[in-house]
Amino acid sequence: MKRRNFIAGLGALVTAGCSKIGETKLFSDLVDGADRLHRGAHRVMGGRRPMAPEFTIADISPVFRGNGSTDVGTQEFYAGFTNGFKDWRLEVRGLVNNPLTLTMDQIRAFPQRTQITRHDCVEGWSAIGQWTGPQLSRILELAQPKASARYVVFRCADTLSGAFYYESCDLDDANHPQTIVAHLLNGQPLPMKNGAPLRMRIERQLGYKQAKYLTAIELVENFDHIGDGEGGYWEDRGYQWYAGV
Amino acid sequence: MKRNALSTRLWHWTNLLCLAIMFMSGLNISNAHPNLYWGDWGFMPRDAWLHVARFPPWATIPNYYSLGGARDWHVLFAWVFALSLLAFMIAALVNGHLRSDIATHRKEWRPAAIWDDVKAHLRFDFTHHVGKYNFLQKLTYGLVLGVLLPLMIFSGMAISPGVDAAWSFLLDVFGGRQSARSIHFICAWALFAFFVLHVALVLVNKPIRHVREMFTGGGESDEAA
Repeated sequence: MKRRNFIAGLGALVTAGCSKIGETKLFSDLVDGADRLHRGAHRVMGGRRPMAPEFTIADISPVFRGNGSTDVGTQEFYAGFTNGFKDWRLEVRGLVNNPLTLTMDQIRAFPQRTQITRHDCVEGWSAIGQWTGPQLSRILELAQPKASARYVVFRCADTLSGAFYYESCDLDDANHPQTIVAHLLNGQPLPMKNGAPLRMRIERQLGYKQAKYLTAIELVENFDHIGDGEGGYWEDRGYQWYAGV
Repeated sequence: MKRNALSTRLWHWTNLLCLAIMFMSGLNISNAHPNLYWGDWGFMPRDAWLHVARFPPWATIPNYYSLGGARDWHVLFAWVFALSLLAFMIAALVNGHLRSDIATHRKEWRPAAIWDDVKAHLRFDFTHHVGKYNFLQKLTYGLVLGVLLPLMIFSGMAISPGVDAAWSFLLDVFGGRQSARSIHFICAWALFAFFVLHVALVLVNKPIRHVREMFTGGGESDEAA
């Protein structure tokens, strides 16, 4: 047997074994434990409110990559894109005392935060852009979450492989000062590929958390009843819910 | 030959398991975006300083392309790797392994002494005249323990957006997230090169005895190994 074949055989044995272990309940419990450990460690390491690094205008990437869905693909959406999304509505619903239906003008009327941050895709690449929009905490203040609300679910207009995209975060991230509902990228209305007209920025987590084409913000106690119950489109497909790693 | 302490042996095999799993799951992660950049950002192939080859399924964990699955293995064993290294470092400081076996003495750094050690290695003469390890061994183990393994941990942490929010100084140390990612990749292959050299040198010099001693501790005979 050639040495190369021997090494490949040994590698295949290890990887096949690991692939089998990876499908067990014990392994997924361990991984979920590590997920909680990371979330806890990151919050302990940075004190009470660690802020994602912010950059200068000179650091902004010349273009901002669009990944995942880059279009909603409906006639209604294209019509909105040409008329400034005058009929787009952002609902705030679920476990709130004061459900809201916000127009784009109302979203622009909130106090705005502008931040230049780095977007990190789970695949490994990064892009830097300047985002503007109201802090989610301001919107939540108005909606008055009930005491039983523990998570915020973000509903989207786009579908991937036939399923609606959605995401979620805990209240610590929802009330973080850098968590904004962005409607501008580099001072311009969001391009189609980057989630027009509204997308989330949850700056301490990876790109798949930054839900695009945002239609609703839903406060929930848990997300067992949504999708496959893992808290997001990619989470339902094997990715970790805490995407700060 | 001085015995290998129990803490050293336990760590050695735990570390081998961790590095094998993290290297092979890392190859799967690399396949998700096989381009490396310098600085804070990068996503276009034309900005990459290196286009990495696609790694075949037999070399990756899991043995098919799965970014989510590979990340599970990678970050789970990252905890085992980092905490066992910390425990080993503390034990090696307390039991004197670092001071008496790994730390080099000034006289070992004389060019003539280094040259003698290189010549002995080229003759496949691995006799240790004094101490547990000769100069080249100390230097290599020192670089792996003191430089490569810690660099793996801290460059890996600098890739995580959650850590960057908490410890943004890591980005200054590495020169940005994409630089940290590049350094993480380079150090992983440097560790792989160490692994190949380490195994090759054991194979050419009393392999059965050396492997046995990494389990039992050894030290039954005074003959230099």
